[in-house]
Amino acid sequence: MAETENPLAQSQGVDIAELEARMEGSRARRERRARFRQILYPFGVVIGLLVVWEAGTRILDVPAFLLPPPSAIAVSFIANSSLLLFHGWITTAEILLGFALSIIVGIPLALAIFVWPAFSRSILPLLVSSQAMPKVAVAPLFLVWFGFGLLPKVLIAFLIAFFPVVINTAVGLASIEPEKIYLARSMGFGAITTFFKIRLPNALPAIFGGLKISITLAVVGAVVGEFVGGDAGLGYLLMVANGSMDTQLLFAGIVALTVLGVALFLLIELAERLALPRHIIAGDKAIRDAA
Amino acid sequence: MTSFSSGADGERAYLCVQDLSKVYATHDGPVRALEQVSVRARRGEFLSVLGPSGCGKSTLLMIAAGLLRPSSGAVSIDGALVTRPRTDIGIVFQSPVLLEWRTALGNVMLQAEAKKLERTAARRRARELLSSVGLSGFEDKYPHELSGGMRQRVSLCRALIHNPNQLLMDEPFGALDALTRDQLVLDLQQIWNERRMTVLFVTHSVPEAVFLSDRVMVMTPRPGRVDRMIDIELPRPRTLAMRETPEFASYVREILDLFLARGILREH
Repeated sequence: MAETENPLAQSQGVDIAELEARMEGSRARRERRARFRQILYPFGVVIGLLVVWEAGTRILDVPAFLLPPPSAIAVSFIANSSLLLFHGWITTAEILLGFALSIIVGIPLALAIFVWPAFSRSILPLLVSSQAMPKVAVAPLFLVWFGFGLLPKVLIAFLIAFFPVVINTAVGLASIEPEKIYLARSMGFGAITTFFKIRLPNALPAIFGGLKISITLAVVGAVVGEFVGGDAGLGYLLMVANGSMDTQLLFAGIVALTVLGVALFLLIELAERLALPRHIIAGDKAIRDAA
Repeated sequence: MTSFSSGADGERAYLCVQDLSKVYATHDGPVRALEQVSVRARRGEFLSVLGPSGCGKSTLLMIAAGLLRPSSGAVSIDGALVTRPRTDIGIVFQSPVLLEWRTALGNVMLQAEAKKLERTAARRRARELLSSVGLSGFEDKYPHELSGGMRQRVSLCRALIHNPNQLLMDEPFGALDALTRDQLVLDLQQIWNERRMTVLFVTHSVPEAVFLSDRVMVMTPRPGRVDRMIDIELPRPRTLAMRETPEFASYVREILDLFLARGILREH
């Protein structure tokens, strides 16, 4: 190759420190832009859909009881905000009680399954078949047994939500490198210390995975309970709105339920981040890598 | 030249493995992992167990740690029979077995917590150990932020913080790249040189075994039996250059010839 065409000759004049600074600057810019896009894109899509919806219903003159425009839903949402808040509170209480019950029952159950093979063998088939059974079908039965109050809704929410807690906890506890247990024994840890220092922290990511599924299922359970027989709660409000053809309110209720579900999910995710500091690191790293 | 004698018969043995056999019950019938293995190691001796995969060398180590029960035979330490997991040892596995939710320092401290060592002193010692294997500045990193070699170094520090009588290592460098492996072998030699703990080192690397050991125990393919005990009479400390010497090569040659004769290696 001729010397004048040697591409290396040009690069010899570049100051490496300056190059580093330039690369660092462009990396920081790229990251800022990526973060911005991460927020902008989903918002853009939602706003775009709402505009199309609004325009479509107006141009095609769709009757409001079939599909109200978003603006009408927003108006209804604000007008009925105290109603939504009142019923939302009740549903939230049902969800949280059902979810709490899932944890209180699910985690000890998983522990028993884990430490006691005979129990696991006798209870697991029952558990699995209880999940195959459609819970909606049991809801009327609960109504007969426990009346119209809070209890049947809490129980239905629990019945739907506890299964992932049990399975994820049991799997989390069982899936551990055998070397970690050998190590614990050779260090002189007893069974209880091994559990709290090694097994339980090892299972926490799986347990939180189960809790995140569980909280969304608890929302479904509570609403199903209210559908079947309730005199309060967002599910009941949906039924009332439906019966009076108030589709705006129906949509407002659905929006409220969605916001509630997402908020509760984020709450669990926050708890996860507080309990597992390394997850933040891993999550940040994944975002950086993706960017 | 060192003056290590080939056996430990003259003096009292620290580790004594007597007629050890281990049979595993599997779906395909019983598998004989170890058959009538006897070996003695002096206090402070570096003994390597070398053999092909599946020859039961890891089983031997697990039994010596008290983590597995032998089918017959016995292991004794200083004359006392091993009947339950020994806690006076440091153990290093092929994988680092670090707790992902603890930092490098936290992982080393796990052993200190188990031994209920005084916290401040143990932390100081953990830092010293980490820095002695080139990990100063990495104490607060989590395992996923460390390279494979760094993780194995943390694992080594965890095995050393309580000043164990014996170090048991099960193919500790098997998963590392060649350069990292050389460095860790040198680090290990340095650590052993300072403390002179008894080491049982399981490996399938011939040069590694020759480089590190006072004696190499070569095992047959399954069922594992002692094929030959080889004294390595190379001066210490051993250097990388020593690997090119005729003495070193002749030890390696001897072991390879043994593997060729047993059909473990085949020169077509």
